[in-house]
Amino acid sequence: MATSVRATSGDSPPPAAQSPGPSAGSRKRPPSGRSGLRSTLYRLDLKAVPYVFVAPFFLTFAAFGLFPLIYTGWLSLHRVELGGSAQWKGLENYTSLASSEFFWNALANTFTIGVISTVPQLLMALGLAHLLHYKLRGRGFFRVAVLAPYATSIAAATLVFAQLFNTDYGLINTALGWAGFEPVAWESSKWPAQIAISVIVTWRWTGYNALIYLAAMQAVPQDLYEAAALDGASRWRQFLSVTIPSIRPTILFTVIVSTIGATQLFGEPMLFGGSVGISGGSGNQFQTLSLLMYEKGWVTGALGQASAIAWVMLLLLLLIGGLHALVSRSNRIRNRAGRMRTKAGS
Amino acid sequence: MSRTLDTTAAGAPRARRLRPSAGRQHHAGPLTYVLLGLAALVSLFPLYWNLVAASHTGERVVKAPAPLLPGPRLFDNLSFAWNQVDMGEALVNTTIVAGLVALSTVLFSTLAGFAFAKLPFRGRSALLALVVATMTIPPQLSVIPLYQIITDLGWVDQLQSVVLPSLVAAFGVFFMRQFLIEALPVELVEAARMDGAHSLRIIWHVVFPVARPAMAVLGMLVFVQAWNDFFWPFIALTPDGNPTLQVALAGLGAGNHTVDQAVVLTGALISTLPLLLVFAVLGKHIVGGITAGAVKN
Repeated sequence: MATSVRATSGDSPPPAAQSPGPSAGSRKRPPSGRSGLRSTLYRLDLKAVPYVFVAPFFLTFAAFGLFPLIYTGWLSLHRVELGGSAQWKGLENYTSLASSEFFWNALANTFTIGVISTVPQLLMALGLAHLLHYKLRGRGFFRVAVLAPYATSIAAATLVFAQLFNTDYGLINTALGWAGFEPVAWESSKWPAQIAISVIVTWRWTGYNALIYLAAMQAVPQDLYEAAALDGASRWRQFLSVTIPSIRPTILFTVIVSTIGATQLFGEPMLFGGSVGISGGSGNQFQTLSLLMYEKGWVTGALGQASAIAWVMLLLLLLIGGLHALVSRSNRIRNRAGRMRTKAGS
Repeated sequence: MSRTLDTTAAGAPRARRLRPSAGRQHHAGPLTYVLLGLAALVSLFPLYWNLVAASHTGERVVKAPAPLLPGPRLFDNLSFAWNQVDMGEALVNTTIVAGLVALSTVLFSTLAGFAFAKLPFRGRSALLALVVATMTIPPQLSVIPLYQIITDLGWVDQLQSVVLPSLVAAFGVFFMRQFLIEALPVELVEAARMDGAHSLRIIWHVVFPVARPAMAVLGMLVFVQAWNDFFWPFIALTPDGNPTLQVALAGLGAGNHTVDQAVVLTGALISTLPLLLVFAVLGKHIVGGITAGAVKN
């Protein structure tokens, strides 16, 4: 990081400090005005201010992130009810999760909805970004149009889609009927419900991810394409062997962000399910880990078990983060090897 | 290398590109416009249909086939949602929450981002890594203790319980750091110091003027996020108490006030319309901000 080197050069400024108060007056005053107190204040200003500036973040995080995280871990080792006292239970909450079919069902649902909502979303976003990268008339309109779903809240989007997906009168079944298909029971059967929820997620995020990819594509050096074109690579070939490898870090970034989002999925399945939303449908067919946690904590009142579910989610995310780190490191190594090969070849 | 230039499909664009005066990008063909038009249609149709449904009676909305054109009932539905369901109060609450969260996030993120980008201090890179790492912690890990705390303090249904945890965000700190690292020459800071300016003066006269465009973009992104936030507000506030729009919508969706789907979707329209208007006016800047923030990740 070149900037950190540059920044350190500001470490030893001349001690020509003026009064540190806001009444410092003319900036042109000669350095004769310096005093012991002033230079002490000046040094204090230099040394302490960086910490003062970053303090609001770390204080907020300590109070509303770190402390609750640890306390949730403590709760997960106890039997606690809302408003009641805690009773030490060791790992019992975790072992009872392991033998609970509701937990495994929610874990599987979180995984399948995550895959159905993330994979097509990112593939479509890549395609959309590729299209938006052309020279276009009405470029601004298309970009804002595909971003409009991002401005729509989870709640509003889900309430609208719940009507569109309604089995009896929804427009989606009407359109399927025109095409000669039988109406689909979007809410009451398992896979249709999971697909419908994934459609809501995909609708909200595809345009956003496409714009992120577009920005990365615009940063790819043009000579790479020219070299590929000289070698006779078709446009599709160029997309596969120039565009995709060049924006791989951005793709990894969106994969990790979408995976984190999918792990926490809550509002879409809850509101899609209407009155049986918190249990994820009448047969728990789309209950996610977040919904199960909410049900345990706020419906059943078993805070220890709810906390254990939260910690399982954290462990899952750490696992995903570790995989991400591994993949990006192997990418870096491969890139370096690739560069060395090119160098040796030239 | 030795392939013929003329016959292949890739031949034409390739020849065009090799001319030095050729533009950076290819011109879009008709298929591109068809596909993009389709994407725009799919993106906008649910929003259009929200308006359609909000302009019919509840009976009409749930009768097959569902309406495709606007009806006459929009203002009746709006007044019902506004007066019977208190969407007006929810709108005010949401504006307060999103405004406060955006203001404080922008202020604190700029200060921290400046420190991480340009001020030397012990532990800087470790602390920055910690900031980035906190982004992966889901809100599910904190809601149980936080709910107990706000219950003890009597803060359930009070707006501060949704504002305080969001006063500053790791994403904002990182966003401002990435911007300032390139946009703010360290010489500018040094020159100000030589002139005897203390840190607050430097923030006010050097950092803020340079950071202003990024602060505006971050403010918009955070405002949208806070406006649409669901999980914690749904726990901390109640639909019939002192809700934000999203919490009020959750109540409507669960059938708290009415099972009239036209009214439910009018509520959805009220919650979406302000942001869509902002997007229509400032869309280009928001698009620029999202893309600018992302490449550097």
